[in-house]
Amino acid sequence: MDAAQALSELTEISSQIEAACLLDGDGGLLASTLPNEGAAGRFAAAAGALLRGARAARTAGAPLVQLEAAALDGSVFLVLEGDRAVVAVTKPEPTVGLVFYDLKSCLRAAAVAGDGDGKPRPKARKRDKSASESAA
Amino acid sequence: MRALRRLLGFLTLVGIAFAGVVVYRRRFMARKERVDLYYDDDSLVSYEEGSDGAGTLLPLSHDVLRAARS
Repeated sequence: MDAAQALSELTEISSQIEAACLLDGDGGLLASTLPNEGAAGRFAAAAGALLRGARAARTAGAPLVQLEAAALDGSVFLVLEGDRAVVAVTKPEPTVGLVFYDLKSCLRAAAVAGDGDGKPRPKARKRDKSASESAA
Repeated sequence: MRALRRLLGFLTLVGIAFAGVVVYRRRFMARKERVDLYYDDDSLVSYEEGSDGAGTLLPLSHDVLRAARS
């Protein structure tokens, strides 16, 4: 699975995520769910700036692995793993644990893109927020 | 009797309006923006609106929201 496919699966399984992009360690754009190249570039540039700002908030100690910024009109999520980061934008008051879980799964799916075994993998099932909450 | 009914109706309307204002304030006015940073050692730093950290990170987060929705 390539990065773009991992992102498209992410927005397919999570109804809470409006847009997402995959960045390299320096904040460079690898893939985005935005169809327009210019918009994807602006999204990645803003996400990269947030990544750098968050890293600068604490220079010593353990490295940053996750971020959630809760604004009144929506939330921004950032998950770092290895030399990649995924950034997603959601509606206000999302189910935080579910979004982080989906973003980590997306990063792992994108990370195995280079394994090159060519074997098809099962598609993730679509999950509805209300169904997940009623099951809990 | 009619005047009493009118008064009761008026008081009911006032009560409903007051309850609406309370619900609105609780739902929308009390919410504060914040940024939570999670680190590899399982520590969490939370910056609430008005703090120094939020002063830097919240505008960057708003930029991300704007860019994603443009």
